Amino acid sequence: MSDTAMRQKRDVTIGRLEELQQRERIVLDIEGIGVGVYFLHGEVRAWLNICPHQGGPVCQGKIMPRTVQKVGPDQKSKGLGFSETERNIVCPWHGFEFDILTGKHPSNPKLGLRALPVRVENGEVIVTV
Amino acid sequence: MSDTKDTKTAPGIRELAEITGRSDTRDVLAHATKQAARSYDDYFVVDIDAHVSEDHFWTEVLELIDNDVLRQIGLTQSKGFGGSNALLNISPGLSHQSVGGRIGHQGRREPVEGVPGHPFVTAARRGMDAMGLDYQIVFPSAMLLLGMHPQDDVEVELAKAFNRWMVEKILPQDARLKGLLYLPYNTPEVCEELVAKYAKADDIIGFTVCSTRNNAVHADCYMRLYAMIQDSGKPLAFHSGYHWGDPSFAQLNRFLSMHALSFTHYNQIHVTNWLVNAMPERFPRLKMLWVESGLAWIPFLMQRLDHEVLMRPSEAPGLKRLPSEYMREMFYTSQPMERTNMKLLEVTMEAFNAETQLLYSSDWPHWDWDAPSTIADLPFLSEQAKRNILGLNAARIFNLDTTRKKPAAAQVLAERPGVS
Ligand code: FES
Repeated sequence: MSDTAMRQKRDVTIGRLEELQQRERIVLDIEGIGVGVYFLHGEVRAWLNICPHQGGPVCQGKIMPRTVQKVGPDQKSKGLGFSETERNIVCPWHGFEFDILTGKHPSNPKLGLRALPVRVENGEVIVTV
Repeated sequence: MSDTKDTKTAPGIRELAEITGRSDTRDVLAHATKQAARSYDDYFVVDIDAHVSEDHFWTEVLELIDNDVLRQIGLTQSKGFGGSNALLNISPGLSHQSVGGRIGHQGRREPVEGVPGHPFVTAARRGMDAMGLDYQIVFPSAMLLLGMHPQDDVEVELAKAFNRWMVEKILPQDARLKGLLYLPYNTPEVCEELVAKYAKADDIIGFTVCSTRNNAVHADCYMRLYAMIQDSGKPLAFHSGYHWGDPSFAQLNRFLSMHALSFTHYNQIHVTNWLVNAMPERFPRLKMLWVESGLAWIPFLMQRLDHEVLMRPSEAPGLKRLPSEYMREMFYTSQPMERTNMKLLEVTMEAFNAETQLLYSSDWPHWDWDAPSTIADLPFLSEQAKRNILGLNAARIFNLDTTRKKPAAAQVLAERPGVS
């Protein structure tokens, strides 16, 4: 049985939705369990702060727009660009990137972050750990 | 629905800051410390390859240059355009290691104010404690490309100055830090002088050649050097690297492509020359260590060379066994360990007897570093194999005392700043 399964479940109000919206991310250590809570395009997500690569503090790195390879109708490269909609969580240990909303790695969708339950109630963001 | 409800300011809950290039190493590596506490805190652990960010202290090295003219040029450059790369041949505009700043610990500058001792030693000690290391061997960083420097005298002078800086200023400050002497391999007679001078230095536990260069390792000009190193009983390490200016790599348009191939390329060339020219028969007691090429190239090269030597024995007449058999007697460091396919990794480790020949290395603080958990968590290794790879093989080869040197992981966690 995992540590989280043995522990009593706990709801933690991380703050008002507007605060999260303005900050984009809040990372908490809740009795030794790290959780990153994110806001993007009106949606809220909570991911465990453990990277599937080597267990790094994935939620504590930079947030970057997804880099895209632009290709013209003639299949010629138009160079690199930043996505205007997709944003990635970047693990500070080695740079693995994960989509904020899906938690998936852009090159390997089988690799992803572990989601934690999160909800918004009366304008407050509540994560269950 | 949960059983209890709290706010983020409740006891036991705290907010964690973003990790940046200014974060304390103990915070950056706190998850590695937890991994140590969970699985390998009682192991003896040696990190064979970590790096000095010597560019942060480059004027200290430049001031130790013996030659008056080169010292004057170096110090003048360091105050101007050359900055922390004065006299060096690296190309700062091609140094994409941090992936556009995504990975902050490559080139980090953490707060060390108020801590006695050299700032590099402070940062290194924090890293050793956080990863649960008993010893760490430190290599240079920007100097890894010096083998391609067009001015041999610059390599010689920087090698001498860097070695003095390490031996006189850095290594005496912490008994857990050890060094491998930088050999200016473009000038063999100076390598011999340096081996003679430092062979008995306690903190210098071996010698290193930076592999990124075009010198043939079997050239006769190196035979006296190898004999001297063999007699010292200390290993000779070839530390691989990259060189985007190499014509083969100039056609690769991304740092990742060049980096993936070049770190294996240079050591493959040197091992090939070493074997085809029967160097293991000529220097049978010389302990050869191949650093920072990962592991996947090893079974590839074993198979390629065995295949060719069987068909063309007249071109490798000094060999008495297959190349793969000699390769199984060489030593290798682990990082950057390819592990996206566990089956392949297991077979790779079997191919070169990793249990006795592999030495854990972190490459910290470089961007593609490996935590000790990369070995400790492998599902197919025995407990003894993990202990060997993480430290006991290094103790055997480098003659290190295996009594515990590191603080307990729990203590490191309790004492870290805890900001991030
Ligand atoms: S631990 Fe996250 S990228 Fe390696």
